[in-house]
Amino acid sequence: MGLDKLLVISAALFCCGLYAILTRRNAVAVLMGVELVLNAANINFVAFSHYVSRVIGGQIFAVFVIVLAAAEAAVALAIFLRMYATTGTVEVDAADQLKG
Amino acid sequence: MTGPANLIFYALAALTVGSAVLVAVLPNIVYAAVALLFSFAGVAGLYVFLSADFLAATQVLVYVGGILILILFAVFLSNRISDVKISNPARFQWQAALLCLALFGVLSTTAVRTVFPLKHGLTYQPTTAEIGELLMTRYLLPFEAASVLLLAALIGAALLSRPDGKGKGSADMEEPK
Repeated sequence: MGLDKLLVISAALFCCGLYAILTRRNAVAVLMGVELVLNAANINFVAFSHYVSRVIGGQIFAVFVIVLAAAEAAVALAIFLRMYATTGTVEVDAADQLKG
Repeated sequence: MTGPANLIFYALAALTVGSAVLVAVLPNIVYAAVALLFSFAGVAGLYVFLSADFLAATQVLVYVGGILILILFAVFLSNRISDVKISNPARFQWQAALLCLALFGVLSTTAVRTVFPLKHGLTYQPTTAEIGELLMTRYLLPFEAASVLLLAALIGAALLSRPDGKGKGSADMEEPK
């Protein structure tokens, strides 16, 4: 194990998340992709904090990222449930009421 | 690090990346959510290898215990069980796969070829006390901002997920028509 291997793992997670965001139609699945991307960023923070930096700031930043991810997931899922009650579906293509 | 630790590291890496791939490609969203669980658990294991014990515990508590349950709730509340089409077809698959593979190639080549200024003498020590001290001193402002943000998210989520109809007075989710 080493820094480069962790960076490759993180890159793989990021690309899987990006693929899910790009291809999925269900909004909840898109949110799963976002969570994967955030986890990839967190792995990078912690890996650099462990292998390169002398201070622990990377881990603190990762804690804040987790906090933001939790808040974002709660609000996003509330929006999805609202959207389901309104339109009867959570497909991202259905949320086009503002389309002219 | 050699021997069994190396083996465990590679097993965790394979678990994390393999489950992430499954999250991206599995058509059934419930299966994708379960794969996401394993991916999060694998990331928590990787944190242990990076001497981030507090973060590993936080990952398990918040992601596996919180966010994943929320996602599963959203999946079950936003799909009709009787509906056969619980999964929906993906789109732009080839273009997205090409883009992601190219991006992965660029990122991993860059990561492998770059020479980072690695520090000598890696230490494995408990980090909880240090994180707590830093949160109360140097990172106090972001800490307080995060608490306000969490409160706002809490109120916003509670407001958003309430059913309409002001006079009904029912706090349950309405059955969609």
